Amino acid sequence: MTETGTASRETHLLLTLDVNGERHELVVEPRRTLVDVLRHDLGLTGTHVGCEHGICGACTILADGRPVRACLMFAAQAEGMALRTVESLADGRQLGDLQQAFTEHHALQCGFCTPGFLMLAEGYLAETPDPAKDEIREVVAANLCRCTGYQPIVEAIEHCAARRRARNPKEK
Amino acid sequence: MNPATSGRLVGSSVRRREDPRLLTGNGRFVDDITLPGMLHAQFVRSTVAHAAVTGIDLDAVREVRGVVAAFDAADLALGDISARLDRPLHEFVPTDMPILARDRVRYVGEPLAVVVARDPYAAEDGIEAAKVTYDVMTPVVSDTQALASGAPRVHEAAAANTLVDVAMFATEGIDDVFAAAPCVVRVRTKTGRQNALPLETRGAVAAWDAKEDQLVLHTCTQTPHQVRTVAASCLGLDERAVRVVVPDMGGGFGQKCVVGREEIAAAAAALRLGRPVKWIEDRKDALTASFLAREQRYDVRAAFDADGAILAIDADVVCDMGAYSCYPFTAGIEPLMASAEMPSVYKVPAYRVRGRAVTTNKAPTAPYRGVSRPQYVMVVERLMERAARELGLDAVEIRRRNVITEFPYTGINRITYDPGSYLESLDLCERVLKDEGWYDARDAARREGRHLGIGYSCFSERTGYGSTAFAARKMRVVPGFDIAEVRMDTTGAVTVTSGTQNHGQSHETTLAQIVADELGVELAKVRLHQGDTDRVTYGWGTFASRSIVVGGSAVHRAAAKLGDKLVEIGAHLLDAKPGEVERVPGRIRLRDAPERAVTYADIADAAYLRSHLLPDGAEPGLSAVASFDVFDDGTFSNATHGVVVELHEGTGRVEILRYICVEDCGVAVNPQVVEGQCRGGIAQGIAGALFEQITYDAQGEPSATSFMDYKVPTAWEIPDVAIHHLETPCAFTSTGAKGAGEGGTIGAPAAVLNAVNDALAPTGVELDDTPVTPETVQRALENAS
Repeated sequence: MTETGTASRETHLLLTLDVNGERHELVVEPRRTLVDVLRHDLGLTGTHVGCEHGICGACTILADGRPVRACLMFAAQAEGMALRTVESLADGRQLGDLQQAFTEHHALQCGFCTPGFLMLAEGYLAETPDPAKDEIREVVAANLCRCTGYQPIVEAIEHCAARRRARNPKEK
Repeated sequence: MNPATSGRLVGSSVRRREDPRLLTGNGRFVDDITLPGMLHAQFVRSTVAHAAVTGIDLDAVREVRGVVAAFDAADLALGDISARLDRPLHEFVPTDMPILARDRVRYVGEPLAVVVARDPYAAEDGIEAAKVTYDVMTPVVSDTQALASGAPRVHEAAAANTLVDVAMFATEGIDDVFAAAPCVVRVRTKTGRQNALPLETRGAVAAWDAKEDQLVLHTCTQTPHQVRTVAASCLGLDERAVRVVVPDMGGGFGQKCVVGREEIAAAAAALRLGRPVKWIEDRKDALTASFLAREQRYDVRAAFDADGAILAIDADVVCDMGAYSCYPFTAGIEPLMASAEMPSVYKVPAYRVRGRAVTTNKAPTAPYRGVSRPQYVMVVERLMERAARELGLDAVEIRRRNVITEFPYTGINRITYDPGSYLESLDLCERVLKDEGWYDARDAARREGRHLGIGYSCFSERTGYGSTAFAARKMRVVPGFDIAEVRMDTTGAVTVTSGTQNHGQSHETTLAQIVADELGVELAKVRLHQGDTDRVTYGWGTFASRSIVVGGSAVHRAAAKLGDKLVEIGAHLLDAKPGEVERVPGRIRLRDAPERAVTYADIADAAYLRSHLLPDGAEPGLSAVASFDVFDDGTFSNATHGVVVELHEGTGRVEILRYICVEDCGVAVNPQVVEGQCRGGIAQGIAGALFEQITYDAQGEPSATSFMDYKVPTAWEIPDVAIHHLETPCAFTSTGAKGAGEGGTIGAPAAVLNAVNDALAPTGVELDDTPVTPETVQRALENAS
């Protein structure tokens, strides 16, 4: 996808990626990162790039349900995984419950880091439906936000978890 | 405000209107823009801090697979970025910043050539192939080196490497005051160089629009009209031939309120190649080669009488501004702010200051949230606590004896402070910490040999700088006013444009709240547009906590003007005189017969689709334009922060146990948004106090090239903040609002540093430099034990 020309048969890979339940076939350079493929080849620009070295977490997506840094993976490494991005969280125009909690708690300002925090929390809450606040804080410390001071992000995730437990009491 | 309709939305924490798109991945940031045929630019940058450039060879670059073109300064022949103060040469030395360096480089990371390729990976490959030769010169890597005699010159024109040197307010007899004072304390401090660090790096997409005969420059800037002015000038175009469009922005914090070099180079490449060109700054360049801030040195003395009343401040401020002056503020941005406003919230009878900007071989400086106020507030608050110690007074009590309590107050610095709640915020903050038991906890911990400390900062923040305030700084280009337009369409929906520029502050919500209240329409019917120089009349963007004060007042005035037009037409449609009708939400009705009314939709129908019904002389259409400027000294928000820390032996960790913020920004248009600004600002202030710093080695090589070396605090380091509100309304804004963007950042370093020093009090060690690192704390604790 990135470049066509005579060299492409030798220098490019044919990949199949499963993103948000949809299969995509792509021709990419082996060095192309997963986040670049998601954003620029598939047009899923909700996942953001903040540092390209795995610290800030703006590019966090779910791979087989677990949060990963899409800037630290080559697209080729993601074959065979079920990938989920921020675009999967809402139901049409209806915000998902985690997104709803973020807006209620003013857990985003500029919104650039937000998709990464959403996917981090989505993966975490699936694994840990009843987290203590300190555990949430520790998980949230995986990503960087420059606007909010983090408190509303922690509170939004805590609130979302509580609502989910109230809806599904047996998950406790 | 219109009494018939006010108060429904202003003051309420309505949900943010920008959230749904940002939460679903439908925001559109500059790197999300893709245009047909678009190419990708990156920059060959200087690898040395100070050198004559003896050769740039781009031939091999052009051979790299995927590279389309490479240009150096000679290829593009662009004008320079020139920022000026109207001051004599002994106060300000003008220097220019070239878009691409020509024969001289002045910092590691300075752009020398732009490489344009079919994809960003190939652009990076191209950069690797560039060959630049240098005749290396001795770099200037600190303010002390810059000012030393015989130092190499960063700019030939700047003797002693000094770009700004001002002496202000020297009160007659001040030396006698110091000589006679029973208590003189001194603070010498050095604050670390920081990066404002918007999580979205800088970037641009430039393309020529043949139909409109215009360059369209998509870029994430806080000041779109100023980017247009500079881009047009550097590219040799009429301003009308440049359209700057700002998409969603991932923060700015000041770094994006100056005009950068790379967006103009990318535009020049797009014009040369006849194809769209995108440039997205990578994190390494953002850390090392964008705009930095905050590296300052203070040597300040304060004189007190025996009762703790302050008698005088004598200050020497040196700001290390790096290699170039930023547009439009110049290298004066930091020293002039510190010099003008240092007396802070206190009744200081005598004041003298010398403020200097020195130039060094480091990346240049831009405003960063708070601009010098985090530093001078830290210095003044340290002086207060040091004097309290000397005089055996309580740290809060000494402030109580000195804060301004009668308003308006014109200070020794010739600034008039509008009403605030300085004393009230101080009292409340202290009471909260006492009621929560922190004083007892501190004393108990001390008995156990633990190191707890309580620290305060009491400060104000000038917001709503108008043109007179910036003119007082003697800027050649004087920001200040804003222009708003409010337009109603045939369905009664309202379109607002503002020259302010949201980059996280929630303007789409808050400015719409103001307009919706004034016109009496639903919030959902009001839509704000910013960040398009063809759509927005003019403005100065968003910085200096100006948007709600200046921009909010401009949109309010425009809405009120549109309201008058609705009254004029509505009255005519009701066969009445304007004085016989009143405006109520969504309708114009007769005062004496309220059942007789026309809706806004009826009026809009007449204004556009049935204009023969309009009164004689009435202009068809429903729109109004209004401007607003602040012609006095602005309006001062204020706050007191109270912090409890514990210092941990063995690791030197500074743990913040409690953070109280008592803030007063007048009427909060949206209290939740104000709290967000406080918390986020405090996080950035803590970052400066404890964590972030970019240092340079003797060769001028920056230490922090990734987030491995530049410690941005996370949720683990940033505490929850308890916020208490006071409300002293601004007299000249329609809503009573004052600005709220910077206060958190301003107050945090002082309060944290004072708390650290309180915790260290039993040891006798005092720390004045920031960031206070674990190593420093550990050393202090070890020396004591």
